[in-house]
Amino acid sequence: MLRALLTVLTLLCLPAAVLAQDLQPLLQENQAQIAKPSRKKVGPVLDALVGSGLPQAQEFLEKWQGKEVYQRQEDGLFFYAVKGDGGLVLTDIDSGETATIDAKAMKQIKPNGGVRKAIGEALVQFQLSSPDLTRRQEAVTALARNLDPAQLGALEASISGETDAALKARKEQLVTYLTARFGDTPETRIAAINTLSGDIRVETRAVLSQILTTKTLSTQSQPDANVAGTLSLPREEAYALLVETQDLPAPLTNDVIRKALEANIEGGKVAGVSAASLNTIAARNTAYDALAASGKAPARVSESDITQALATWTIYEVYEDPDPAVTAAAKAAQDAVNTKVAVSQTADLALDALSLTSIYFLAAIGLAITFGVMGVINMAHGEFIMMGAYTGYVVQLFIPNYTVSLIVALPLAFAVTFAAGVAMERLVIRWLYNRPLETLLATFGVSIALQQLAKNIFGTQARPLTSPGWLDGALVFNDVIQISYIRIAIFVLALLFLALLLFILKRTRLGLETRAVTQNPRMAASMGINPDRIKMLTFGLGSGIAGIAGVAIGLYAKVTSEMGSDYIVQSFMTVVVGGVGNIWGTLAGASMIGTLQKGIEWLNPSNTLAAQTYMILFIILFIQFRPKGIVALKGRAAGD
Amino acid sequence: MTKALSKTFLIRHPSTLWVLASLGLFTLIVSVLSEAAGTGLISTSFVKTLGKTLCLCLIAIAMDVVWGYCGILSLGHFAFFGIGGYAIGMWLMYARTEAIVAQNLSANLIPPTDSEISDAIATQIFGVVGASEFPAIWAFSHSLTLQLLMVLLVPGLLALVFGWLAFRSRVTGVYLSILTQAMTLALALYLFQNDSGLRGNNGLSGLQNIPGFEATSQAVISLAFFWASALALALGYLLFAWVTAGKMGSVIRAIRDDEARVRFLGYQVESYKLFVFTLTAVVSGIAGALYYPQAGIINPAEIAPIASIYLAVWVAIGGRGKLYGAIIGAVFVSLLSSYFTGGSAPDINLGFYVIKWTDWWLVLLGLSFVAVTLLFPGGIASLFDKLARKQ
Amino acid sequence: MSTLLEMSGVSVSFDGFKAINNLSFQIGEPEMRAIIGPNGAGKTTFMDIITGKTRPDEGRVIFGEKSMSLLGMSESQIARAGVGRKFQKPTVFEAQTVRENFALALKNPRSPFDVLLHRKTPAGADRIEALAEQVGLSDQLPRMAGELSHGQKQWLEIGMLLAQDPRLLLVDEPAAGMTPAEREKTTDILVAAAQKHAVVVVEHDMEFVRRLNCKVTVLNEGSVLAEGSLDHVTNNPDVIDVYLGR
Repeated sequence: MLRALLTVLTLLCLPAAVLAQDLQPLLQENQAQIAKPSRKKVGPVLDALVGSGLPQAQEFLEKWQGKEVYQRQEDGLFFYAVKGDGGLVLTDIDSGETATIDAKAMKQIKPNGGVRKAIGEALVQFQLSSPDLTRRQEAVTALARNLDPAQLGALEASISGETDAALKARKEQLVTYLTARFGDTPETRIAAINTLSGDIRVETRAVLSQILTTKTLSTQSQPDANVAGTLSLPREEAYALLVETQDLPAPLTNDVIRKALEANIEGGKVAGVSAASLNTIAARNTAYDALAASGKAPARVSESDITQALATWTIYEVYEDPDPAVTAAAKAAQDAVNTKVAVSQTADLALDALSLTSIYFLAAIGLAITFGVMGVINMAHGEFIMMGAYTGYVVQLFIPNYTVSLIVALPLAFAVTFAAGVAMERLVIRWLYNRPLETLLATFGVSIALQQLAKNIFGTQARPLTSPGWLDGALVFNDVIQISYIRIAIFVLALLFLALLLFILKRTRLGLETRAVTQNPRMAASMGINPDRIKMLTFGLGSGIAGIAGVAIGLYAKVTSEMGSDYIVQSFMTVVVGGVGNIWGTLAGASMIGTLQKGIEWLNPSNTLAAQTYMILFIILFIQFRPKGIVALKGRAAGD
Repeated sequence: MTKALSKTFLIRHPSTLWVLASLGLFTLIVSVLSEAAGTGLISTSFVKTLGKTLCLCLIAIAMDVVWGYCGILSLGHFAFFGIGGYAIGMWLMYARTEAIVAQNLSANLIPPTDSEISDAIATQIFGVVGASEFPAIWAFSHSLTLQLLMVLLVPGLLALVFGWLAFRSRVTGVYLSILTQAMTLALALYLFQNDSGLRGNNGLSGLQNIPGFEATSQAVISLAFFWASALALALGYLLFAWVTAGKMGSVIRAIRDDEARVRFLGYQVESYKLFVFTLTAVVSGIAGALYYPQAGIINPAEIAPIASIYLAVWVAIGGRGKLYGAIIGAVFVSLLSSYFTGGSAPDINLGFYVIKWTDWWLVLLGLSFVAVTLLFPGGIASLFDKLARKQ
Repeated sequence: MSTLLEMSGVSVSFDGFKAINNLSFQIGEPEMRAIIGPNGAGKTTFMDIITGKTRPDEGRVIFGEKSMSLLGMSESQIARAGVGRKFQKPTVFEAQTVRENFALALKNPRSPFDVLLHRKTPAGADRIEALAEQVGLSDQLPRMAGELSHGQKQWLEIGMLLAQDPRLLLVDEPAAGMTPAEREKTTDILVAAAQKHAVVVVEHDMEFVRRLNCKVTVLNEGSVLAEGSLDHVTNNPDVIDVYLGR
């Protein structure tokens, strides 16, 4: 207790020991604003603190912002303090000496949110040159978020001392942005703007469009402003704008007229006209004009009034920025940027289309094999995709490591759906060869049953199939072109399958026999090929690929019992459009449908339903002109 | 002359006579047992279910003609059914909303203008999709006559254009099936959009309230629709029996079995297919127009491709190539479906597992469909034939 | 005898293989013509071109007095113009009765509305009876065509061809699988038809061709190798080389 008292005494004597480089005197000069800061008046104080060049200023600002500054009631001095045993532990701002004191003697300073933000901005200038890289990075990020012309000086000053190359480049970038928007002379601004030309970063585009912000201006004379152009609006909108800005009388809506008429009904009559007869706009207008003539209501704005107003007033679009040279430079830069953005968007669209193409290819290729080789429509193909996806999900339940589980799931999904395909071929399809429509229906029965079975086992809600961490994120080329790693993986998978299937069909015994059975089953049989075995294996292969496609699709879409039906129609379209019995045909079909869908979505981005509708209509029309698909077999081999 | 013709026709085709007689008897029994005209043993909602089933029978026989007789496995006939429903639904909704709006606006001191009325109706109808103006396709919705014409014309024209395109380029077999499925899907997706002009996925509702008959009870209305459905089914059956019985039937069955050969005999196969496709589409539209006022609501999900496939399932289970087979299939499967999925079927307790019919009915239906295709390609109707032959 | 069908400079190829190569061919009305040639000579493709099943890459096919081109016409239009075809493999409508098969083929208006409003006439029934009599199927009329024997299906197919009453009959291997007596009868029917119409018979069986006693065209590798009487062509060294000599 005695020791505590002693410390307090020491602290009491502290002001006497004030040195020239101490912060406390400066704080005391601004005592009122520091103790009870307000957003509006704190600016000069912060400027004074930052301008003092004192090293303690940064720490003080941080503590002030963090509500760790306390004021001693008796003499108004400021200390840092934290709650400790038996009271507050005080730290002297300049000397760093500590002491414990009863909390009642101190008053905590709590700046409000606005002030804390202002302090933060002031701190940025310290942080920009902080020896700690993380702090500097944070400061730059904060600055980038809110480009403030006041910080241009601090930022420029910090560049020469910047040791980190990436951060230095970033700082220079921000200086360019700041100069472009707030530079002192038009020349420096134009120079900065010119360096932005062709830079497609979102930030750059924002800076340019901020320079080019416009407002509307209606005037009867030549406008005294940096004019971007005249604005031609539809008649009603143009007049509404004049009403708003030039205090012209507003045209009366039908509703207002009706209310005015209703308010003036006397004995079932308005202005001498029977109220019951006012069931047309023309009749109401006539009655209202009579009302207005008798002074009971304001006159209507006639069409000729509006025409005249529009003839005398011109509506301009003017730049907020007064300097035409600057806006012209910014406009040129923006045009250059837009051209480049358009090119990049096209490239991005192409990437999107490529990724959709690979998904459709994966989903359809199994179907193409079974349909092409055996002439069998497998309506349960979508459900095989679903089975593959659920296999992936179940494997993840047992193997928590996502990479390992994916490696296990792919072959397992193939095995499961291969077995399912073979079973279906043996039990159902082989009895129905040469009756393609009935195969379609029977496999549809299997599809209903499998879908409901999956619903019974896994429930109706979507199950996750999580991709391994290394597939998260996206490959970013620039602010416009990017593609997620999962999609790249699916693309690679599709390529692998293309190569593998080409290899199987062109280079292996199975492929040879399959082609033989496709082209002439009887001849093949007489040469010792067992068509039954070939058909079974082919069907298994097609189904197995569906399973793998299911795992791939499950990685980026939801795994539900109905996911198969989302892909089945598209898959059929792919096969039919591409041309039956040909892997290249399927690839062509998938490319066409994928590209088309992305293209239509790009034209009408808000409405994917419409995109799908138009795509299907296009396919229906396409089939009119190429009934055999893009890659059509010709002549007798086509089988007609 | 016509009477003599139909008389001989019926005598030459006893199955038609049997079907019409059973339909008449069934209608009589239901009427006697209904709440509106008789003892009330059959509830109004069940009368509606039966009336709807009759409409399903009508589209099923249309499907049977196009598939079982002409060999076109259309997976799109439910689209025409839906269009018929939408066409009549537009008038029902418009007329009813108009009555309500007129009621609301009658309180005004000044009578409403035409545009005020139409705006108020539009706001009422399209408020749910955030619109307040009538889309162009509602241009005729104020008139029952025109809208009834739409019931016939829209499915007919759609079928005509689609069929002309498809048959002209000789798209056949599974390709054609997939194409018709694509057509249905496109239509359903289009209707799902909010700006389709048909209230997006909200669909049209309140169709059970018939304008002009606000005072009539649902019991009476349901019986009236039941009769109308029965009459439509009877007329449709007669029409199709007549079409399929004579030389026309012979030609279209020949097309089903060997299209190319029929061509070499000098028949323009495309015209025949187009005729059958369009005629059945129109009948499907009529069936839909009778079905949805009994259902009370129509939305795009009704048109989804799966519905048309179920239609094929009914016909296959009932028996293809026989009109009464389609009726048997539609009645049997749709009533069983509503029994099992309605939750009134008792669960089966196996001790270790309880089989809930709501979960397992579709599995059973799917598998039995496979079984029918494999083992009884003739469907249920072929059993009747066997019985008849034994006797 | 006036020219009924004239093909000139017709070529068609499938995936690079020339099935028909600059083929020219003429037949008058009435006339009987036999076409022979080794397998793959293009006989079937030749018929496919006339009936509109296959479109040639180049050349002309002219039919009738008005010299209409068959190339722009569909199969059914060509058939209605008066070209009838009997396929090598009998293709009758097995799920329909023999009578219905005949009725389908009978020369009557072919448009859907004519067919829809078609009423059976005594004349039509008589014609069917007569045709059935001619091809020996009188007792089989109410039976399903699918229940007939292979030979009976051949006869039904021939009967259907006659029922169409075409001006040009294309007959693909009519004698295949027939007994000698049946062959004779077939010969008689074809010869009778050739009294009024043009008949083209594709046949492998030399005896049958000899019995037809008509001009013979030999096809090889898609073009005409030789033409003339059977004795004339069988003595042609080229023909012996490619066809008979092997």
